[in-house]
Amino acid sequence: MTNKIFTKEEWTKALQGLSDSYKVFVPVKDGDFHTFKPMNATKAPDFDFQNTRLSARSLVYPQAERMFEYSLDENDPEANIIKETPKDYSPQAIVGIRPCDAHGFKIVKPNFDNKEYRDPWWIQHFESTVLVGLGCNQPCSTCFCASVGGGPFNKDVLDVLIYDLGANFMVSGLTEKGEAFLSKAQGGKAADDAAVKQAEALATEAAKKVKADVPTDKLKDKVINDLFAAPFWQDVGFACLNCGTCTYLCPTCWCFDIQDEVLGKQGDRIRNWDSCMFPLFTLHGSGHNPRDQKFQRVRQRFMHKLKYYVDKYQGGVQCSGCGRCVRYCPVNIDIRQVAELMNNY
Amino acid sequence: MIEYTAIIRDTAKKLLKDGKVDVFIGYKKGTVPMMNEPVVISDPEKVDTLHWDSLCGLNLCNYLTKRKDKIGIIANGCNSRNIVTHILENQISREQLYIVGIPCTGVIDHRAVLRAVGNKEVLDVQEQGDKFTVSGNGFSETFDKAKFLRTNCAVCTHRNPVIYDEMVASPVKEQEGVDPFEDVKKIEAMDPEKKWGFFTKMIERCLRCYACRNSCPLCYCPTCFVDESKPQWVGKSIDPTDTMTFHIMRAYHCAGRCTDCGACERVCPVGIPMRQFTKKLNKDALEYFSWEAGLNPDARPPLDVYKPDDYNDFVK
Repeated sequence: MTNKIFTKEEWTKALQGLSDSYKVFVPVKDGDFHTFKPMNATKAPDFDFQNTRLSARSLVYPQAERMFEYSLDENDPEANIIKETPKDYSPQAIVGIRPCDAHGFKIVKPNFDNKEYRDPWWIQHFESTVLVGLGCNQPCSTCFCASVGGGPFNKDVLDVLIYDLGANFMVSGLTEKGEAFLSKAQGGKAADDAAVKQAEALATEAAKKVKADVPTDKLKDKVINDLFAAPFWQDVGFACLNCGTCTYLCPTCWCFDIQDEVLGKQGDRIRNWDSCMFPLFTLHGSGHNPRDQKFQRVRQRFMHKLKYYVDKYQGGVQCSGCGRCVRYCPVNIDIRQVAELMNNY
Repeated sequence: MIEYTAIIRDTAKKLLKDGKVDVFIGYKKGTVPMMNEPVVISDPEKVDTLHWDSLCGLNLCNYLTKRKDKIGIIANGCNSRNIVTHILENQISREQLYIVGIPCTGVIDHRAVLRAVGNKEVLDVQEQGDKFTVSGNGFSETFDKAKFLRTNCAVCTHRNPVIYDEMVASPVKEQEGVDPFEDVKKIEAMDPEKKWGFFTKMIERCLRCYACRNSCPLCYCPTCFVDESKPQWVGKSIDPTDTMTFHIMRAYHCAGRCTDCGACERVCPVGIPMRQFTKKLNKDALEYFSWEAGLNPDARPPLDVYKPDDYNDFVK
């Protein structure tokens, strides 16, 4: 395992150099918040942030992705033949992703890559991605990664982990993919024992700060129908606006819709993120909607994350504890409280 | 305004106990600073959940649509104007409502607060009269509320409810000499290309989460035009044309109805100032029809009425 020390300026320079071999995405301050943007010379990366407003999921699983294209022109010898739209799978690196968001990819993987189904686009995007995580020295009060199998310096899923030591970064290669990435990084020097100790101390300190008390331990033993019929869903869902903030900001929501869009004689088949908060999500062709009430949609989101996923994949909850839905739900519906209600029901 | 909390609780308790209302709609204190959650209460013993402070920035009228029961609800100026609009549009009847009026001194712009503390995490906010103190790890700062009002509240000229059954306090002085349309005039002065560029840039971050639409009490259509599938009017990807179509159409549906309550901007997860669309239409409604939405429960809105003696030829 390589441990290298870079000054912060050196690290930015190294990333610029790496842009020749990878599409390098870095956190950039964009108005009031940070967002992942391709590395460029004009806007420097800014690693002084709590977390990006949106998770990095769109870099592996775009919000709108052209799957296929076709021609409707009868004179075209290939008319009405659906062809896969060429996609860009050149290597990319997400630098500065928080460990919770990386953990999110692990949580969604069983959905896109399992014995029954293999989603070729998600898998290829994921495999072409190097996850260069940035440990959290100061977890937010709304973070609960440690309650759901993660942690502020959790190395799971990451290829590289960055420790912010103040003036310097210590950068550790964790996988072959990560080592290959680091081997191309110019500058820096081998980390000495003192730096490694400092990094370890930071991780220990951060682990103490993050909330680990969101209860999910009893969820797997609950009877699905008991939770489904629990009396609290109307109350939980009263304030809900049924907007897509929670699902679109979430690193572990994966639902999509497939649409055909035609312009003239050229058609595209696109898959778009969808949200279980929207009534249209479950509207049948017949006009019937099995989830036509707000509380049913709210219940679906929590049941999926905290019960159906738990039962189906036997690997914990479908939540990485990033706290975005807690911070940005416009009406303050708090998954930590709902987890408690369900766990203790 | 935090001192209203105790009065709201007492009033709600009395109303529920006396059977004057079946439920009471207000806010409860949020689990994170600067966030409060709309709540409905039916048990008079649970009124202590109710809360009010200068960060209650949604529009509770949104929770009234098509309810069948008798409802107690708190309403400040803009929320009360939406209640009037709801009554005019047959979404609720006046007889079903017991309106507890809130003389409002404006809502704090939580984004401005975060900017003022360098986007550090805020762990606590304490309101004291016209000041508030914000604290977090290693900082604590006290601000004048008047300097941190949301932009709609800063230019509000209807702080007191226009319709109510009782008030929690005496009316506050209305603001005078404010120009609510200063920003609109700047955009009006742009040439078409610049205008288009301005609005295109303004919405480029939009996720199409529809929080703006869903937080708005005006948006109660059983199926919104963006959700229609037979025919499908608007594409569902994040193509800028579709996103612009959504925003412009949404704004036009609010023409002559918007009270500039600011809920749409409050809820946007990516901070889009979409009131720039609706405010232009508010300005037009005022200039062409001398109309401000929701001020009078007895006057039909200009865009839903036909007069045989209209001075415009095209309607004759």
